[in-house]
Amino acid sequence: MKSINKKQAQPEAGVEATRHFTFAHPPHELLLECGEKLGPITLAYETYGRLNAEKSNAILVLHALSGDAHAADLHGGGDDPGWWNEMIGPGKGFDTNEYFVICSNIIGGCKGSTGPASLNPKTGRPYALDFPFLTIADMVNAQHHLIDHLGIERLLCVAGGSMGGMQALQWAASYPERVRAAIPIATALKHSPQQIAFNEVVRQSIMADPAWREGNYYDFGQPEKGLAVARMIGHITFMSDQSMEEKFSRRLKNGAFSFNFDADFEVEGYLRYRGANFVKRFDANSYLYITKAMDYFNLSGGKLIPTGKPINTRFLVISFQSDWLYPSYQSQDIVRKLKGKQVDITYCELKSTYGHDAFLVEVEEQTELIRHFLGVTLKGYHSWNGQGIKYGGFG
Amino acid sequence: MKNNNFPERPDHRIIYEAIAPESRVLDLGCGTGELLYHLVRFKQARVQGIEMDKKAFYECVKRGLSVFQGDIETGLVEYPDGAFDDVILNQCLQEVRKVDFVIEESLRVGKRVIVGFPNFAHFHSRLMLGLGGRSPITASLPYLWYDTPNVRFLSIKDFQIFCAEKRLKVLSAHFLGKTGPVTFWPNLFALNAVFVLTKGKEG
Repeated sequence: MKSINKKQAQPEAGVEATRHFTFAHPPHELLLECGEKLGPITLAYETYGRLNAEKSNAILVLHALSGDAHAADLHGGGDDPGWWNEMIGPGKGFDTNEYFVICSNIIGGCKGSTGPASLNPKTGRPYALDFPFLTIADMVNAQHHLIDHLGIERLLCVAGGSMGGMQALQWAASYPERVRAAIPIATALKHSPQQIAFNEVVRQSIMADPAWREGNYYDFGQPEKGLAVARMIGHITFMSDQSMEEKFSRRLKNGAFSFNFDADFEVEGYLRYRGANFVKRFDANSYLYITKAMDYFNLSGGKLIPTGKPINTRFLVISFQSDWLYPSYQSQDIVRKLKGKQVDITYCELKSTYGHDAFLVEVEEQTELIRHFLGVTLKGYHSWNGQGIKYGGFG
Repeated sequence: MKNNNFPERPDHRIIYEAIAPESRVLDLGCGTGELLYHLVRFKQARVQGIEMDKKAFYECVKRGLSVFQGDIETGLVEYPDGAFDDVILNQCLQEVRKVDFVIEESLRVGKRVIVGFPNFAHFHSRLMLGLGGRSPITASLPYLWYDTPNVRFLSIKDFQIFCAEKRLKVLSAHFLGKTGPVTFWPNLFALNAVFVLTKGKEG
């Protein structure tokens, strides 16, 4: 029997550091935006660095569509270094000598948090499509319980790219008093029709696979073909024309055309490899639920900063030149909304050829931006004079 | 003697002194953020910068300033009326195409606008053009004709006439030469000028 749940029950190699927090026990289930209730809810999470005595140095990093709680490899021993390992650690952008970094798997996910592959306590079987529909706000509400549990009154910062950026924006919208700073990267206030369209093709490819069985595949194994194609589509949208040219060009895998439908070109081989790997680690129903939550997300029209609420959250907004999935104009739209509310903003479009993937791989400039932004947020201008500021001698 | 509580550059010093503590300040074309940094640190101002140049932008980031990459002409639109106490347009007006639009917009989002610019009618310029027959290059206008970022060439007198025509009230005007303030015949002897403006009476 191939079961996602079985895999989930035992911690994967290298994620021993993952902890679990369970809340929303009946009758105190979490009320979701769709009107349904969900509980109990488990969140898998990891932490790096130390929470200071004032509990003022906590940063919540928020993962994207296929991410998980394992953001960095600080606990050692794993094969998987973590999805933002380049950015989190001693001396890195999110410097764990200074900050206490938290990352949790979203609800609806399949890496230790409650999602469609989890057991439904009412039936003793995986939720499958009985799992309620989720929104980004629901994910954030669940994280809010975790932050309470950790005893943190106010986060220094919420940060993430892509869907992680949506969560960062949602945190600022839902709990402005609990967030001193937000770093939404390569993200948007709402999905455009093009973004929804890609997600719909992704979902259709999963649901068109007979092995999907209306979501009830847990006794039989994943709809591997459909999920693999879904992920292949994703990978195309994460890259840019230029990064694909640089990475693959028209190079052939075996030096000559096969004159059959095998993967002749390196780019085909790459996509097939990515697809095949993905089905081993990600639940198809989770992919459906999460992409839907992204499509529902919409903080346009004044919802990012509801009037009447004073906002002291500082923002660092980052976009990437070659990112055509979340183009810079969407980040600039965030900046425009913030300007209207007189919020402190730092915004920059970084040069990169990596497309949407840039937020994971363009380390140097992001580190520079984030390091200084966090430093002044935590310490204030009065103490932020040691790094980078030259007194006198300017000119 | 150096006093670190004040900005180094004389034009920055004038603007620094013109701004009240705890003001909300927008600096259009804020450069490396020297002025804004001093306003934040020593006058507890709440500041926002806009800067196009990437290197200068990063200098601002290093100082911990809120700054975004963007151009001046499109940078103002989304701000609500009266969002700032002061809007600074220092050493950037000469690079702006729609000057009257930018000043009008600045006066909409700010209660006061502080404009600083190089004086094209400095006697060096006059000599270079009038006697030498060459496009002027001076300490405040150091560019060759073919690589200058400047698209507007204005004198102190030009700007005074502009203010009168647009019914802008000049709250104060400061003139700077090579070594210090200029009080005598500024349009001839000043290299730079700083004007503090507010909206004049309607009608």
